[in-house]
Amino acid sequence: MATKRIGEQTIKFENPPSIIGTASIVGPKEGEGPLSNYFDLVLDDDTWGQKSFEKAESKMQEEAIKLAIANAKLSVQDIHFLVAGDLLNQIISSSYTARQIGIPYFGLYGACSTMTESLCIGSMIIDGGFADYVVCATSSHFSSAERQFRFPLEYGAQRKYTSQWTVTGAGATVLSSTGNGPYITHITPGKIKDYGIKDANNMGAAMAPAAVDTILQHFKDTGYTPDDYDLIITGDLGLIGRRIVIDLMEKEGYDLTENFSDCGIKIFDGVEQDTHAGGSGCACSAVVFNGYIYKEMMKGNLNRVLLISTGALHSPISTLQGESVPGIAHAVTIDNLK
Amino acid sequence: MDNITNKEYQEYVKKKIPKPPYLKNAIRAFLTGGIICLVGQIIRNMLFSFGLNENQVVSGTAIILVFIGSFLTGLGIYDKIGKFGGAGAVIPITGFANSIVSTAMEYKREGYIFGVASKMFTIAGPVLVFGIGGSIVVGLLYIIFSSGR
Repeated sequence: MATKRIGEQTIKFENPPSIIGTASIVGPKEGEGPLSNYFDLVLDDDTWGQKSFEKAESKMQEEAIKLAIANAKLSVQDIHFLVAGDLLNQIISSSYTARQIGIPYFGLYGACSTMTESLCIGSMIIDGGFADYVVCATSSHFSSAERQFRFPLEYGAQRKYTSQWTVTGAGATVLSSTGNGPYITHITPGKIKDYGIKDANNMGAAMAPAAVDTILQHFKDTGYTPDDYDLIITGDLGLIGRRIVIDLMEKEGYDLTENFSDCGIKIFDGVEQDTHAGGSGCACSAVVFNGYIYKEMMKGNLNRVLLISTGALHSPISTLQGESVPGIAHAVTIDNLK
Repeated sequence: MDNITNKEYQEYVKKKIPKPPYLKNAIRAFLTGGIICLVGQIIRNMLFSFGLNENQVVSGTAIILVFIGSFLTGLGIYDKIGKFGGAGAVIPITGFANSIVSTAMEYKREGYIFGVASKMFTIAGPVLVFGIGGSIVVGLLYIIFSSGR
């Protein structure tokens, strides 16, 4: 009997896993953004002395994982599982990281939803009694993502208004079966929603329906309302996606105008930094969560947060073949109390 | 959420996307393209003043413009010109140079054969195919309609 399920899609943990250490590493542009002071490490050079952007991304993820483990006052040998993913083909950033770190590893592909996807799976492993310590991690790099999904860096193309800026960074969270919080109390893994948006430069609009679906289901299953949360924050919907979520939720009878934000909007100053619709990428929700949200929760400024990382599950090939962009969103409740 | 059709959602999303400032973009493209052409004209006049003939001047001008486009790409300046000028920077021959040099630079890490050499034309390739293809069609039409005269 699945005793921990509530409603249609949500899991309520019996022994909620505690977050005992986090780390966030970001590139220079993110370091110039409004959340600069919340990150553990801001790089001056986005190649970090490596020969390729892919190597730099892998190094960021590796160092973020090590730093999170150190912040949790543990050593690498104490960790039972690493659950990680990224944007690059065959998730190479995570797999090369796992090669260096040597922890039993589950690789995920959830595009930009990877942070909450890994937190969902890591939490279930812990509450299921399969591990005491699990590290959840993800990374993305503007330059490695651009070359895979878009144009060469020096090509003189204009970016669209709806385009988003892939965050360079990596975030890692150490979950533990014991600890003093904040705790992961509920998770609502999402369904894929696809309303036929084919423009890969408008991912906010492609992912917004998935976010709405998951948030609605979360409220239905748990009985929570937007007022029960200090902050409801999506992963990387950007300015257009956020607007769509507010509109669609209003139609469903929920008012999100008060405490709803998006990591992609928080991480950059859109006007000063010319990021168009906002930040995106796996690292977007990863560094905002492991930097800003975690630290604000530790200070007690935020007590209950709903984090919904959003992913666009297309590929350059599916885009060329004229397929639409499937969206996904996984929600995680992080609470200072059990 | 389930009672919205794909079409309704796509219509609604269209309304949410801000309109680009077409006039401003067109003026910027006009200025950028115009300046590049002006530079081309200056080069052309200079080459004539060196006593070169028409054929030599045409090739020389193109060669120098391609060099300038490539050089500015290497310095990381041409992408900024492209961002400002849009089609005004993409369409002249300097933009063509940018599309080839930027890809060549990007794929250096994958090696000279399967990286630089094979990826070099990923953006310029279609321009070459349709450009050369188009000129062949026009050439054939010219032969057909001008034969007999």
